[in-house]
Amino acid sequence: MTRADLMGKLLAFVARLITGAQGHWQGCPPEALQRIYFANHQSHLDWVLIWAALPGELRAHTRPIAAKDYWTSSPFKHWLTREVFNAVYVNRQRTDDQDPLEPLVQALEQGDSLVIFPEGTRSNLGEPQAFKSGLYHLAQQFPQVQLVPAWISNVQRVMPKGEVVPVPILCTVTFGAPMQLGPDEDKRSFLERARAAVVALRPVAG
Amino acid sequence: MGFLTQLRADQQIALLFVIVFGVLALVSVGALLLSLREHGPRWLAGHERFKRDLRAVWIGITVFWLAWVSGPLGATLLFGVFSFLALREFITLMQTRRSDHRSLLAAFFVVLPAQYAMVGLRHFDLVSVFIPVYVFIAIPVISALAGDPAHFLERNAKIQWGIMVCVFGLSHAPALLLLDFPGHAGRGAFLVFFLVMVAAVAQIVQEAMSRWFRRRPVARAISRSFSYRAWGLGALAGAVLGAALYWITPFKAPQALVMGFIAAAAGTLGEFVMKALKKDAGVQYWGNQASVTGAVGLLDRIAPLAFAAPVFFHSVRWYFKLTP
Repeated sequence: MTRADLMGKLLAFVARLITGAQGHWQGCPPEALQRIYFANHQSHLDWVLIWAALPGELRAHTRPIAAKDYWTSSPFKHWLTREVFNAVYVNRQRTDDQDPLEPLVQALEQGDSLVIFPEGTRSNLGEPQAFKSGLYHLAQQFPQVQLVPAWISNVQRVMPKGEVVPVPILCTVTFGAPMQLGPDEDKRSFLERARAAVVALRPVAG
Repeated sequence: MGFLTQLRADQQIALLFVIVFGVLALVSVGALLLSLREHGPRWLAGHERFKRDLRAVWIGITVFWLAWVSGPLGATLLFGVFSFLALREFITLMQTRRSDHRSLLAAFFVVLPAQYAMVGLRHFDLVSVFIPVYVFIAIPVISALAGDPAHFLERNAKIQWGIMVCVFGLSHAPALLLLDFPGHAGRGAFLVFFLVMVAAVAQIVQEAMSRWFRRRPVARAISRSFSYRAWGLGALAGAVLGAALYWITPFKAPQALVMGFIAAAAGTLGEFVMKALKKDAGVQYWGNQASVTGAVGLLDRIAPLAFAAPVFFHSVRWYFKLTP
């Protein structure tokens, strides 16, 4: 076992200890199919929570998206995202000659699954913000990949913005039924439908 | 009986566990055999509930066995972990605000380890006052420093309560294990056994009596089954069982009767208070499947113990004038 594997096991254990990181597979079973998971974004911990809620054998091929400038800025951050999480790096600054989705497309062509937060930034309000169009473009280019909505509960209570130490509070990740881009669905209605699918997974009790 | 008194304390305790596990195994096998026959849906529902309770008893006894086998350090660590899980469940169900963050961190990562360290080191005088006196003052101070006056008293009360039940109450179970009576050294496990048996029997009798009598409930909005008569009979049954078990404790029979009554009454009332808390938080079981939390229902199981253990512990120490 390498040091990265060990670190991964440790992080998953800590995430479970602090939050329980329970995965509720409501709409589909956890299978080794190529998928794009998309979820609401409230905290830095969102990715770790989804990752810890996945069964161990799916973790290696399910990759997060990381901002290149931030996550390669120190050797430790770079090691963590590259070796442990196998992250896909994207540039936050848009350059004219490069498509920002290019690294994601490459990862999907390799057969990996992705976790994306289509709101783009963390929202502190209960309702997720409007989705960015990346999800639509990926759905267009890879119609065979399942799009799985997910709702992460309670995580904003674990680590509010500006705090560094997490408080132990139980969290759940609810996975919904896979959806697909309709044959002649336009961008706006698809993104609204995707957002509604995520919001619909929110448990009633809060 | 002569043979029993010749055994060393640890041999007696080992024998006790063998007997308890044996009885449990018999009950489990019996339940399995019964379930092989065909039954109506009502019986099946009752059987489901019984199976769930039986599983909880198995887990509970195994925990106590592990606590005893692993010695003082292991026992405190084990119950510390349970406290942590219970407090996590409690806080999840309460609405906390962003400004509670520091207070919660203090509760989980300072108060809890400190309390269990004191139990492990047998500073029992400090164990009894650390949370009610010092933490009671410290938590509101941390809260006030966060600078959010909204619902101040309510937020602090929730955190204080969580600490009282999940940390203070539960930490008295390993404290009992470690309590040394003069001439009764190393037999704390019998005291815990006494406490658990008495509280459990009181609860079962209370349930059965409330079904039997169908009295008007005292507080319908909180519990449909709680009535003074059923409660009194439950506590009395606990006391009688306590008196019958006096020979495993350092008590004489009348003392065991009183101690049994105290433990049984505190345990069943604790269960009742927990019901009120649950109703307030809007859950039926703590481990409600439909709730967001994915909580496992640990709080439900420890509630009677968390209430009975401190009262029992304190009255034993006070009456027998034990100093650490």
